[in-house]
Amino acid sequence: MGGSPLPRSRKKEEGAVSGGLGEALGVALLAASLAVAVIRPRGLPEATGAVPAALLVVVLGVLPLTDALDEVRALAPTVGFLAAVLVLADLCEREGLFTAAGARLVSASGGRPVPFLGQVFVLGSAVTAVLSLDATVVLLTPVVMDAAVRSRLRPKPPVYACSHLANTASLLLPVSNLTNLLAFRASGLSFVRFAALMATPWVVALAVEYAVFRRFFATDLRQPAAPAAAGGPAVDDTEPRLPVYPVVVLVLTLAGFGAASFVHLDPAVVAAIGVVALAVPAVRGRRATPGSLLSAAAVPFLAFVVGLAVVVRAVQDAGLSRLVPKLVPDATTLPALLLVTVVAAVLANLVNNLPAVLMLLPTVAAVGSPAVLAALIGVNVGPNLTYVGSLATLLWKRLLRARRGGDPGGVPAARRPDGAGCAGGGDPGSVGRRESDRSVR
Amino acid sequence: MTTVAWVVEGTWTGCVDAARAWAPAEDDVLLLHVTAAEVAEAAAGALAGLMGRGRAQHSPRVEQLTAQGAADLLAAAVQRLGRPARTEARSGRVEREVVAAAEGARLLVVARDGDRSRLGPRSLGAETRFVVDHAPCPVLLVWPDDVPALASIPPPPWGQEPTLRP
Repeated sequence: MGGSPLPRSRKKEEGAVSGGLGEALGVALLAASLAVAVIRPRGLPEATGAVPAALLVVVLGVLPLTDALDEVRALAPTVGFLAAVLVLADLCEREGLFTAAGARLVSASGGRPVPFLGQVFVLGSAVTAVLSLDATVVLLTPVVMDAAVRSRLRPKPPVYACSHLANTASLLLPVSNLTNLLAFRASGLSFVRFAALMATPWVVALAVEYAVFRRFFATDLRQPAAPAAAGGPAVDDTEPRLPVYPVVVLVLTLAGFGAASFVHLDPAVVAAIGVVALAVPAVRGRRATPGSLLSAAAVPFLAFVVGLAVVVRAVQDAGLSRLVPKLVPDATTLPALLLVTVVAAVLANLVNNLPAVLMLLPTVAAVGSPAVLAALIGVNVGPNLTYVGSLATLLWKRLLRARRGGDPGGVPAARRPDGAGCAGGGDPGSVGRRESDRSVR
Repeated sequence: MTTVAWVVEGTWTGCVDAARAWAPAEDDVLLLHVTAAEVAEAAAGALAGLMGRGRAQHSPRVEQLTAQGAADLLAAAVQRLGRPARTEARSGRVEREVVAAAEGARLLVVARDGDRSRLGPRSLGAETRFVVDHAPCPVLLVWPDDVPALASIPPPPWGQEPTLRP
């Protein structure tokens, strides 16, 4: 199963605003929604731009209300699925799954950088595929960083690996990436079929990524940590045990996704069952609260996705639906599919992969599921081409911040070499404080 | 005067040992660690790509861990040095921060961090090569652990040997 292609009537209904004006209005509102999401004035949630923009396209008649409601209805199960996966990952973290994985990383690699990187690749690929790229970026990256620091290894290769794996390893399953969830619905493929088709690109992309890392970080990967006796990593005797229950729930949920395909059950329902199975003991044991579950579901972000989808739909119906097919070939030959991937990769770098996939989906879905998957490979792996995964978004953000002369988006700038360090034999606390005392050049 | 020792994960023990052996007794020793700003930047970039999901939990943590890692390493270096020393944790473009910190120093102690299996070539990583190239003070370049055997130097390229004769 996996849902039918998005129900989209292409009948043009005459609204209050039509033609060129509607197109211009739609594009302006889309640009405004994305700008607010990237800049986040006063730290407001990204939905602050997209939701009013969605209301405006309807009020101004760029998109008829029935079409807007259609869009919301078609998207609702996907958004629910995303929320469930986000909560699932958060609960796994609360049950200590990530901490245990980090400890294992330290003990199993024994201060050798290449095995450490290899294990980060295995761990990052698994976490991204099963718990989505969010889990890798938000939950796994700090754990890997911590493990690298405790192993006294250079943190650059493993932390970069996390950022890149979040993109590359998110090709495998519909749950691995929000873009996949959207494409999954549009492709009409079953969960198992989707995974089977994406398995080869997933493995190839990971192998290429690993080879590139070995070469690119050759210097960093040549430096083993000194043995503990010589001031190397401290051996941790109190290694936390790998929690069994969350792992079992995850495996069963994953099997459930596959099984649901055959009995025509929505995989979002299976994800919800997995959430309940983890949430009930966690809330009982006070490791999670209803509030923490709600916050993990990222409701403002879900509202942003729905709002953005409505605005993108308006832009498409007003004119972009004529433009995109010109960029995307109407064939499923290999060169045509490669072109689809390239177009998707470029678009993902320009505007982030979420709006990119929303813009491309109606067109590629009409061409067929191979084109949908080709576009998906482009939007998922594309951000890695810019050296740091999803750098495009960061660059936009920095550019905008720099113009206002503010803090460049949580990136630590160099501490100005004023005053030579802290006196008195290296008090770790004061080193830490100086580190946090950042100034912008 | 100050002797600066550039402390890096993987090679720091050799560097600290060299500082102990070579820094004049009357000198201050400054143990310097520089965190590559790109590490936190990579984490922040990935987070920015999520457009809002999970922002609250994450961003400060990678920076905290970086700072804590630097502090731990410097504390271990002070202990290993076995004499009073100042420490400094910087963050930024590593090679440039090291050069800036070495300004006016009597000596900068640097460990080789390239291919450590033989006596060159490529015994220096890119950052170290920049530091050696641009250092504004004398540099003491040391092998972080065992020095490779003399025989590990590759033979001269074919046909070049005669030109070396007087």
